[in-house]
Amino acid sequence: MIELRALTFRYDDPPAPAVLDAVDLTIDNGELVVLAGPTGAGKSTLLGAVAGLVPSYTGGTLSGDVLLDGVSIVDLPARERAHAIGYVGQNPAAWFVTDTVEEELAFGMEQLGLPAPTMRRRVEETLDLLGIADLRHRDLRTLSGGQQQRVAIGSVLTAHPRLLVLDEPTSALDPTAAEDVLATLTRLVHDLGVSVLVAEHRLERVVPFADRLCLLHGGGKLEVGDPAEVLREAPIAPPIVELGRLAGWDPLPLTVRDARRKAPALRERLGEPPERARPNDTAAPLVDVRRLVVAHGRTAAVRDVDLTLRPGTVTALMGRNGAGKSTLMWTLQGRHQPAGGSVQVAGSDPAGLKPEQRRTTTGLVPQSPADLLYLETVADECAAADRSARQPSGTCAGLLERLAPGIDPGQHPRDLSEGQRLALAVSIVLTARPPVLLLDEPTRGLDYPAKHALAALLRDLAREPGHERAVLVATHDVEFVAQAADDLVVLAEGEVVSAGPVARGVAESPSFAPQVTKVLGPGWLSVDDVAAAL
Amino acid sequence: MRLPRDLHPVAWWAWAVGLAVASSCTTNPLLLVGLLGTMTLVVLTCRSDQPWARSFRLYVWLGAITLVVRIVFRIVLGGDVPGHVLFTLPSIPLPDWAAGISLLGPFTREELLAATYEGLRLATLLIAVGAANALANPKRLMKSLPPALYEIGTAMTVAISVVPQLADSARRVRAAQQLRGGPEGRFRRIRGVRRLLVPILEDSFDRSLALAAGMDARGYGRTGDLTPGQRRATGALILAGLLGVCVGVYAFLDSSAPRVLAVPMLVLGMVVALGGFALAGRRVGRTRYRPDRWRLPEVLVAASGIAAGAGMWAVQRWEPQVAHPGVLTTPGLSLLAVAAALVAVLPVWVAPLPLTVARREAVLAG
Repeated sequence: MIELRALTFRYDDPPAPAVLDAVDLTIDNGELVVLAGPTGAGKSTLLGAVAGLVPSYTGGTLSGDVLLDGVSIVDLPARERAHAIGYVGQNPAAWFVTDTVEEELAFGMEQLGLPAPTMRRRVEETLDLLGIADLRHRDLRTLSGGQQQRVAIGSVLTAHPRLLVLDEPTSALDPTAAEDVLATLTRLVHDLGVSVLVAEHRLERVVPFADRLCLLHGGGKLEVGDPAEVLREAPIAPPIVELGRLAGWDPLPLTVRDARRKAPALRERLGEPPERARPNDTAAPLVDVRRLVVAHGRTAAVRDVDLTLRPGTVTALMGRNGAGKSTLMWTLQGRHQPAGGSVQVAGSDPAGLKPEQRRTTTGLVPQSPADLLYLETVADECAAADRSARQPSGTCAGLLERLAPGIDPGQHPRDLSEGQRLALAVSIVLTARPPVLLLDEPTRGLDYPAKHALAALLRDLAREPGHERAVLVATHDVEFVAQAADDLVVLAEGEVVSAGPVARGVAESPSFAPQVTKVLGPGWLSVDDVAAAL
Repeated sequence: MRLPRDLHPVAWWAWAVGLAVASSCTTNPLLLVGLLGTMTLVVLTCRSDQPWARSFRLYVWLGAITLVVRIVFRIVLGGDVPGHVLFTLPSIPLPDWAAGISLLGPFTREELLAATYEGLRLATLLIAVGAANALANPKRLMKSLPPALYEIGTAMTVAISVVPQLADSARRVRAAQQLRGGPEGRFRRIRGVRRLLVPILEDSFDRSLALAAGMDARGYGRTGDLTPGQRRATGALILAGLLGVCVGVYAFLDSSAPRVLAVPMLVLGMVVALGGFALAGRRVGRTRYRPDRWRLPEVLVAASGIAAGAGMWAVQRWEPQVAHPGVLTTPGLSLLAVAAALVAVLPVWVAPLPLTVARREAVLAG
């Protein structure tokens, strides 16, 4: 149905190697194709070229051809392709044009000039198809991440496109909401015969549904094939595939169900699950929260929460979007005044401290690290951080060199990759030497190698000899939690529903279990554990 | 039976413009207070629970401030008007080149009344605009623009929704910048502004670009089978027409301009512009989801406002003593004047009930 022929794209200023290099791809009716690749490999560029947004919104030169049913559409702008290709971008909230769900669903159809009765019927059908009929009059900004994502999908579906293009639809969602969105996508493919092209970082979620997998390599070459074949050699692979490679399974299992069937033999070879080294549980806690209540207006965002963070421990904080994770973090930082209970961070109540005292007790890295940055070069940012923390010059640059070696100090912070920018933000807040480090959703937009590096880094920072820190990290990524964390705290509706060591926490709840645990049973958390045992 | 729904926003604006005309036709404080009461009653009963509905209070404050400022100016700049002196402030004569104006000095009851009447008239006018803002859904108003202006309307709708987003992002960046220290020493406040502005602007540029891409990907601005020549012709017609209207209005108001530029130019401009709109409208391949319809309640609401305006104009024309009683006599009333001031209260009974969250939930609960 849609066909890419020798599609090549490169930025002209400054002259750079090709982002896409002679890419060929054909997508048939009713096919679900997953696009994978390391961060910055050009996945979004490829999707944008299909939708018509590249090069008009990015600059650069595109050559080659895009055919829709044999007709070239490469010169048509995105708006003239809207009836056939529906595009959902990375951050749906930034894409909403209107302000209520119903109007948003109708917007695309209004542009296409469909008759009013048709629009009415399609809006109702789409509301039902996506299970959002009860949200129809809601303000879009009040919706949760998963709901927003479904509205965004619905708003392009109403135009009845033949191909749906999605850029990381689940990257900001909690595991359950992500499952919902993916289930919706498979239903569209099966029931309506829509073709889907989806880019995704967390392959473990989408690969089981994929008909074919495209792997975009660093130099812009595209490898297309059966998921099990492509993943055999791929540099990025979900944990289950890494496990399969390690155990020498053939063909590679892509679903937990397939892997479980092959697991008994491996389990016998492995023997008893390893005991993870626990940090010192007797050290005096750095953060001590008792029966904490925080309210926004009249609604309690956090209620009756007890939390203890000890030096040398990495604690993961999980829970749905809107469960109170960010509120809890900002309360520990001191920005929110508790409505009840007590908070002690390094021996004092953070809400009573001055901003500069807060910075020396807790370092918080917010959800979008870019909010912290305002100068033109990395070197300037580091120098400013040293000055304001009254540390000898070079402290921040030294930290950055340790966290993300090899960043050019003359670079603009906006030109850094997601992982590098995160490292810069972490270095800036750590310059003031706070004993407590809080990170709000740091794994967004990171690929497997980057997440692996971040996990190792957090463990190092927590256990730095003579300088032990307490680290709290809010995330949706169970695989990351399995790699990085010692303890797990799960929040729901502002209350703690489970707290304890990670191995116990993930064994208790199936939706938070990492793939390795699902396959090999409780005790096994990550592929590294298995590799060490073999 | 009146079912809850949004009234056509143009109907509310017609009603409010009628009231604004009515209030500019009189300085009679009794009539002005009557108009104010009418507006307040209608706003309180007919407004929804959306954010813009809360803006009425803002306009009331604005009106009150206008009134006070008017009186203060009269105290400062007035003087030298004969009448009952209320109090005397030391007079400050200005030098000769200021043409004999003196500041402060005696303040008379007549001056106070004149300032109050004028201020009240201005305040009523402002509050009429506020009433329209509180009652009419601004986004639906944009949607009722003629199809030719659709693109401008959408741009305005987007602009309206950018403001709350900008506030969100400002709050987020402020909190984030607290997490790291700022510049120190002298001028740190001025240099600190940059810490907020740079991330906020970057964020809003990113957002605008994303929104533009999103709208484009969903077909916004599709030209269909319109040729560039046709588009240029329509644009030229509309622009030329609007220019004609502007010249006409200017000549109409400025009595020294040649008369041939006045009414004929106005009419010609309107015809050309309407022609352009019609041409553009016919070629637009867009449709509207659930358009607002013009039904009986809309007609009644708009008519009641227009009746108030027309009635008050008639009072000014034929009963000038009632419309402008002056400051020397007690203001009087007449049947026509009272009717004109109170007829605009009709929406309280004829307008559909406003849509609120509670009513919507009641429907869902069934």
